[in-house]
This record gives sequence, structure tokens and C-alpha cells, in this order.
Amino acid sequence: MTCCAPGSEGQVVGSAPSSEELMLASRDLGEGRRQIDLSVPGVHCGACITSIEKALKSLGSVDRARVNLSTRRVSIVWRQVVDQILVDPAEFIDAIAEATGYEAYLFDMSLDDGDRLQRELVRAVAVCGFAAANIMLLSVSVWSGADAATRDMFHWISALIAAPALIYGGRFFYVSAWSVLKRGRTNMDVPIALAITLSYAVSLWETMHHGEHAWFDATVSLLFFLLIGRTLDHIMRDRARAAISGLARLSPRGAMVVAADGSREYRPVEDVRPGDRVAVALGERIPVDGVVEIGASDLDVSIVTGESLPQAVVVGDAVHAGTLNLTGPLVILVRAAAKDSFLAEVIALMEVAEGAKAGYRRLADRAAQYYSPAVHLLALTAFFSWGFAGGDWKRAMLIAISVLIITCPCALGLAVPVVQVVAAGRLFKNGIMVKDGSAMERLAQADSVLFDKTGTLTLGRPRIVNGADIPSPVLGLAAGLAAFSRHPLSRAICWVASGPFPVFDDVVEIPGSGLEGRRPDGMYRLGNRRFACGDENSPGDADLEVVLARDGHEIVRIRFEDALRRDAVATIAALQNDGMALGLVSGDRPGPVKALATDLGIAAWQAATSPKGKADYCASLFAAGHRVLMVGDGINDAPALAAAHVSMAPATAADIGRQAADFVFMHESLRAVTLAIEVSRRAGRLIRQNFALAIGYNVIAVPIALCGYATPLIAAVAMSTSSIIVVVNALRLNRQRAEPLMSDAATILPDPAKQVRAA
Amino acid sequence: MNMLIYLIPVALFLGGLGLGAFLWSLKNGQYDDLDGAAWRIMDDGDDRPG
Repeated sequence: MTCCAPGSEGQVVGSAPSSEELMLASRDLGEGRRQIDLSVPGVHCGACITSIEKALKSLGSVDRARVNLSTRRVSIVWRQVVDQILVDPAEFIDAIAEATGYEAYLFDMSLDDGDRLQRELVRAVAVCGFAAANIMLLSVSVWSGADAATRDMFHWISALIAAPALIYGGRFFYVSAWSVLKRGRTNMDVPIALAITLSYAVSLWETMHHGEHAWFDATVSLLFFLLIGRTLDHIMRDRARAAISGLARLSPRGAMVVAADGSREYRPVEDVRPGDRVAVALGERIPVDGVVEIGASDLDVSIVTGESLPQAVVVGDAVHAGTLNLTGPLVILVRAAAKDSFLAEVIALMEVAEGAKAGYRRLADRAAQYYSPAVHLLALTAFFSWGFAGGDWKRAMLIAISVLIITCPCALGLAVPVVQVVAAGRLFKNGIMVKDGSAMERLAQADSVLFDKTGTLTLGRPRIVNGADIPSPVLGLAAGLAAFSRHPLSRAICWVASGPFPVFDDVVEIPGSGLEGRRPDGMYRLGNRRFACGDENSPGDADLEVVLARDGHEIVRIRFEDALRRDAVATIAALQNDGMALGLVSGDRPGPVKALATDLGIAAWQAATSPKGKADYCASLFAAGHRVLMVGDGINDAPALAAAHVSMAPATAADIGRQAADFVFMHESLRAVTLAIEVSRRAGRLIRQNFALAIGYNVIAVPIALCGYATPLIAAVAMSTSSIIVVVNALRLNRQRAEPLMSDAATILPDPAKQVRAA
Repeated sequence: MNMLIYLIPVALFLGGLGLGAFLWSLKNGQYDDLDGAAWRIMDDGDDRPG
């Protein structure tokens, strides 16, 4: 199985969590053992499971390692002290990376509560299924002719089985119905709760009076089908949420605080106060907002502001949480606690935006809004008209209940969740995760698409443009120096050059300028023109270019560009063909944004846009009557993602961006956008068909019930048939195959074919 | 009629046994990783659940 390993080392998503962070996140199991759960979003096949588990178990300290492929997590139990040496949990991450090339991350354990509800629902389905099967067996005997004492006994047994199932499985509906009734409204759960309670009560009364008909079977199987729908709905939401929150966390959870006496202490980020000094090592993310007190460095700010070029910072400059420290260690004076940072501002903006969006109601709720009062009215009418017309109030009651049972939104309850689960499953197989069903309903309505630039249309990772013109020994020289740096341009050089590289002595990295190293034939410099050639008049670092110079004389100029995300051109064209209005909003400088917009043929573009500006732009489009799909990845995109009608983010997006998005796609290819739209639209069509089927069934069944011909047998058969038809219709979504996306999981390889000038 | 006295409890007991087995396996975490289980069955080295 070669599907995993090659190329995955190219996936560069921030930095791995430090040992202190891992210890902070692990649980103490007692007896010197600890457990940690890591998220490995790249895991996707049996070979990955085996190689990760083998690699971890081969470490002496690991007692137990288990990969969960569904949630893409690894849980590791290890002994804290082996041979009197404290075990460093960072070695687990290294072992995983070595075995498979995948990066492992920490995730937020606090999001795991949904699992408990899911288990309760599955248990309720099992109990109701058991009850329904047994009662149905007894009922069939009654229908086939058991009478007198036998029938009574069967009814009593059915009643005994149904009662606990009703309490155990029905509580979800009772609680929900009660909570809306308290506020004077109704939802789909009200007729359900009413129907199962009333039908049980009347069946019991019939049984006590040796009646011929009882509805225990209908009551419980109704509950069974509805619980299936409820469970499917929940599983879909939960699974996507687990996968989304299991991806890379880009905000660090702790900070190395330096005390006045020079001692260092690793603290959770919430405990860092303004006025503290925080040390940020090379390659770490800055944990809190602050001012640089000691040191100088380049920061990768692309995830925060969307700017593609690294930003040089010196003493006195303000830095934002979430940016990546690239070239020099820093000490930061904390200016604001984590909760008052730039990130907190963005979160506040998001909440405002989400509040504006909350008006959207799910299709099932909208259906229930009309359906449930109609059903109640119908049953009530049947009750009174049969009561007044015939004078037999008991018979009127029975007919009213059979109307309630037959119209009970059993098929309606299944119609939406089944389709959405099937659609979400298909998207999941193609590496797209859906947060909840309403996201697909909203995506099907989208008529315009707004893209972010860095990290969304482009990968935010520079690649060499003129590599073919540079002789490979010269490139090797550059790579020999670049190997000492984490700067994205240096990494791009090392990526292209093939070793072995020449060896340099005394290499120093000068933040904001470049690298300097000595060889027998002179002093080499790699960096911007001003630094490398000592040319004070050159524009400095405005361009994506690097100059290699010996003793101040230029040897070669290496130009870079931001690599375009795979299939971006095809996706844009497909969206335009589809009649979608396209737009580009970016926090980056106007130059690169304009170049990209022109290349892709997007007429409407905005550069240097603030987070608030992006959200406002979304809101203005919405006010103009457009349903906007926002595709973005950065922290600065999060408010716009929340404000848009529906939103999508790549898996490499900032934590907060992924949380705000309705869809998250794992693959590099931008075709995920068109695929998600296509599947959502088809799901929408199938849901409407299902509604039509369910309503059509009611049109036939309700008159039968109203006329008083609905014996329990007819009610049970009609109800099951309509449910099964709806499920079968939903499964058609799997049969029509769209062109699948490539299956190379989260690997991100540079694509030689498609690139675009970034500067 | 008489045999029903035995048969019905037997049927319910057997059904209950199945239900119990399902609830036990659910609690035991056997449905936690259905995707992984599909792959693990092909792995000769892995014989340890949980």
C-alpha cells in the first residue's frame, strides 16, 4: 500500500506542539502512566494504522497505542519514567512523522461531549427495535386470528414491553416537545409525543376492556423509525465536528513565561497576564498579543492577516497571537490577556455575524411549522365529527388516534436526515466534512462565491519561478545556506535543490535580511538585495525574490511565486459556467491580489481588507439579495465565514476559521468546492422528492383513517412502507457517481503545472 | 395455549439476550472505529481489540 508515505513531508502546517504542551494536555492514569490523544488527520487506510501503531509500540515507553480511523486519532498510554529517565511525549509525534510522514496535533478534548448523547440515542434505537420486533410478532398472531383470552394475554404482554421502551426511547421527544410547548410554540416532536402517549393510553384502555384492537405495535415502531432518523442526524453532525476539531490547532495552548529572576515556567495560555514576559523560540507560534522586547525575527502572518510575505519585526513592534516565528528567538512583553487579544476581537466580530445569520431555519423545521398544526387540527376534526355524527365517542377517539398515527411524520422525520447522512458520507469519502445538514441546504441555494487569496486560492507557500535557469551547483550553494533557516523562501530553495549541499561555516541568520555564511572562497550571503549586495538603494523586501552573493557580488537572483491551489483554474471556470458570481477578498497587498484576480478572470476583487471589511462585504452582498458562499482559511476570514450564507475552509485553515466554516475540505484540490455544491444540490432534490413521497402517502392514507378503516394492521403497514420508500430513495444518491476527487488524503505536493505570479 | 406459557418467555429471553449483547458491545467500544475495523481484519499482527 503506497498510498500514504510519499510526499507527505511536504505538508507544512505550523509547528508541532512542544513537550510541555503535550504534558499539559495528557491525562494522568496513576501508577506513573499517562495517556494522550493525538489527532492525525492524514491517517486514511490500514497501512497507516499498522505503521503508526508499530512505530509507537517500538518505543520502549509506550504501553498501548491505538489508532481510531473514524475519528483519525491516536490514543497513546505511556509510562512516564523509563530507566529513570523522564519520557518526552514529543518523541511520539516524531515517531508518527517518521513512520508515515503525517503530522500529529493536539485537539480540544472539551468537544467530546456529543459522543455521550450519540450512545444514548443508539441505545434507545436498540431498545425500541427490540420492543418493536417482539410486539410485532405478538400482533401478527393477533391479526392471524388469536382471540379471546389469548388475544388479551398478547395485548398485555405487548403493553408490558412497550411501556419501558416508550419511556426510554420517547424521552428525547418528550423533553423536546415540552421545552417548545413551554414557550408556546410547536415543533415536529409535539405530534409525535402526543401520538405515542395517546395511542398507548387508549391501547391500554382497550386491553383492559378486552378490546379487539390495540396500537402497541404502531406506537413502538413509530418511535423506532423516528429514533433512527434522530440518531442519523446526530451522528452526522457529531462526526464532522469531531473531525474538524481534530485538525491542527494553530493557537498554542501554553506559553513559556520568563520571570524577573530569569527562571522559566510553562503556563496555560489563559494564565498569562499582561506585563508577563514570554519567550518564543524559533518555529513556535506566538501565544498572545504583545510587543517585542528582545530580539528580531521574521513572522509568518499569512494565517492572521492574509499577507503572503513574511513580516520583519524588531524591538518595539507589536505582534499578534497566532503568527509563526520564523527566523529568530523573541521575548515578548504581553500587552493583553488571551481573552482580550486580536483573536478575541475576531471572535466578537464572528458572534455578531452569526447572530445575523441565525434566522435560517432548517427545512424539516419549516415543514413542521405547517405540518404539525395541520395534523392536530385534522385529528381534532375527526374526533368531533365522528363524535357528533355517530354519538360513539370511544370510536371517535380511536379514529382520531389512528389519524394521528398515520399522519405522524415518520417518513418526514426520516426524509431529511437520511438524505443528508448519505450525502455527507459521500462528501466525507472525498475529503469534505460537513458540519450539519442545514449547511447543505444553504449551499444548494448559493448563487455567488467569494474567495480569500492566501491559503485558499493559493497555498500560501512560495515556489521558485526561474529554477530552470539556475545551474544546479549554484542552486546547491544557495540550498547549503538555506538549510539553516525556517524562512518559507529558504525552505522552497531546499525543496527544489538536490543534495549533497556544500558546507558553510559560521552561518548566522539576520532576521529581516537573510543568511550569511563563510566558505574558503569568500563570504556568502543569501537574502534580499539590500543585504546581499550591500545596495542601499534597492527596494528591499517588497518582492518575492532572494539574491545569492559572494563578497557583495550578485551570483544569482532567485524569484518566487505563490503556488496556486490545485484545480483552482478549472474550479473557477466551472463556477463561472454555472452562472455563479465570483469575487476575491484578501488581506494581502493590492499587487499580488490584482495579478491573481486577472489571471483567474475574477472581475470583482478587494485587497488589504480587514476582517471587519470582509464580513461587511459579505453582509452587503447578502443585503443585495445574494446567497454568498465564502471560501477562506485565515483568522481574518473567520468573521466573513460566519457572516456568509454558507462557508468553506481548507483543512490547513486556522482553528477559528475551521470552526466558523460549514464545510472543511482535506484535499489540496479546490474541486472540493464544485463537488460540495453538486452533491448538496442533488441532496436538496432528493429531499424534496422525499417530501413529495411522504405527503403523497398521507394523501392516500389519511382519508382511509378518517373514514375509520385504519385497523392497526393497515396503520403499521402503511407507516413502514412509507419509511422504507423514503430510505430507498435517499440511497439513490450513492448510485449516481460523480467524478471522485483524488484519494491522496491530506498530502500537499507542489503542482508543477499551475502557478501564478504573486508579485 | 399451554405451550405459549413457555414459548413467549423463551422468545423474549432470547431477544433480550441479543439486545444485551448489543448494548454490551456498544459500551465496550466496539463501534467506536468502524472504518478501522474494516482494515484491521486484514492485518495478521493485530489480534487485540480495545
